Amino acid sequence: MTTPVIDGWFTVDDGTAHLLGTRCADCRTVHFPPRTGPCRNPHCDGETLVQVRLPRRGTVWSYTNACYPPPAPFVAADPYEPVTLAAVELAGEGIVVLGQVKGLTVDDLHVGMELELIASPLADGPLVWMWSAPGTGDTNGADHTAKAGTGATRAPGTSAAPERRGEGVA
Amino acid sequence: MREVVILGAGMHPWGKWGRPFTEYGVAAIRAALRDADLSWTDVQFVVGADTIRNGYPGFVAGATFAQAMGWNGARIASCYAACASGAQALDIARTRILAGLCDVALIAGADSAPKGFFTPVGGERPDDPDWLRFRLLGATNPAYFALYARRRMALYGDTAGDFAAVKVKNALAGSLNENARYRATVTAEQVLASPMVADPLRLMDICATSDGGAALVLASEDFARRHGGSRRPVRLAAVSTVTPVFPNTVLDLPDFATDSTAAVPPPKRSFRASIAHAAYEEAGLGPEDLSLAEVYDLSTALELDWMEDIGLCPPGEAVKLLRAGDTALGGRVPVNPSGGLASFGEAVPAQAIAQVCELTRQLRGSAGARQITGARVGLAANQGLFGHGSAIIATT
Repeated sequence: MTTPVIDGWFTVDDGTAHLLGTRCADCRTVHFPPRTGPCRNPHCDGETLVQVRLPRRGTVWSYTNACYPPPAPFVAADPYEPVTLAAVELAGEGIVVLGQVKGLTVDDLHVGMELELIASPLADGPLVWMWSAPGTGDTNGADHTAKAGTGATRAPGTSAAPERRGEGVA
Repeated sequence: MREVVILGAGMHPWGKWGRPFTEYGVAAIRAALRDADLSWTDVQFVVGADTIRNGYPGFVAGATFAQAMGWNGARIASCYAACASGAQALDIARTRILAGLCDVALIAGADSAPKGFFTPVGGERPDDPDWLRFRLLGATNPAYFALYARRRMALYGDTAGDFAAVKVKNALAGSLNENARYRATVTAEQVLASPMVADPLRLMDICATSDGGAALVLASEDFARRHGGSRRPVRLAAVSTVTPVFPNTVLDLPDFATDSTAAVPPPKRSFRASIAHAAYEEAGLGPEDLSLAEVYDLSTALELDWMEDIGLCPPGEAVKLLRAGDTALGGRVPVNPSGGLASFGEAVPAQAIAQVCELTRQLRGSAGARQITGARVGLAANQGLFGHGSAIIATT
């Protein structure tokens, strides 16, 4: 399956993934996820938000992992391998974007290191944006024809994630 | 300005029983009324802090509690602001008293929490960021707590041992609190041996989800004077319910991204710091005046963030205070003398109210083995999902 998990948040062209944001035509504030309607800068009256491709590289603001399978609607792989997450500050845009990390564990990451955007499939098939080591962007296995806005299907999580040990956490 | 005082505080102990939330709320309400030496029929205004995990009765918690207590004709409100719901309820009740529209108000919150990670409310809702963050990323609440914790380690050199020391401190305080869910003391070794949940946070670094209920009786100063009583009055000096200022540069639950600083530079204070700052301004007090603070330790590391955000020390120096014992019972300014979320777990709509119950007991001098000598000023701070600030200052 090569459809994106959500419409309009990222695009893949010739194997190269970009997050899609919107930029205010008046004050140039960037929004991700992409917004319509008025600019979120409260000092700006701008109402024209233009779709832009966001920088593909950024530096790690922080990172973690999910040692237990996250609950539905996430669909965890079986057998489960911890999902790595990184919050990455995009070069030049002053915005931090959270994503899964492909091909790296928490042991490979440190705050301030550079990562690059790719698109990669979730366990149940649809594509999502992910962060990866720079240079892996052209060989991420994403189907080259996958484009945002081509009728994403969103399969709800059908297999409930196993209850984690203990009494649960907030 | 007229003043609002806290006449009564009541709690149902925290635990995990799965009984109806109304039961916990009613027990807390009855305890608060006994504490205030008032009857349910004396209450003129009721505010319920809602729970979203217990069906329709939870969405209209004010009426649910009022019906369970027996309809008394009081005016009513129900409100939801995630973890800050209790502060919202307090603010609504306080405002009504300050406006002269009533003399006696009661607020209550209670929850019956599911097992496991908090998950989004049911159904497929691709327009809801709280649903999407699970579907797209598997980003649970502890994942966000862990991002903050890892950043502390990178920026300030905090260690897993420091985080464990927060749990040890709070467990010791909680062992002295009859309303806490976890009453056992723990060692740093136990924390560090507990299973990793979201690196670098382990199971014992992260607060549990709990059942519990808490309630407060508020009154105008005039009513309190007429009502008399021998107890030391506790005054509500400030309630801060501020929202973030654009651009919010800390990744907050349940967001996918921060605001962008491309057009507007970051504000002087982070969102969390602005929550406490607004309360200090309203009370005409500062961090140097605090006798104690109850802060929202969803994780051990987050308590350290809050210490800096409420101004107990500059950014990066919380561990210094922790290691010096300043924030332990008997220290210079105890933090989470109740035992905090580490000892209670989180009963969402009750938690901000429970924080104020602890302030009330400490300021009255009735906190028993946890009593902070000469407590005069207490601050309770927390942050509700989607940008709900919550800070309360109470004084003797």
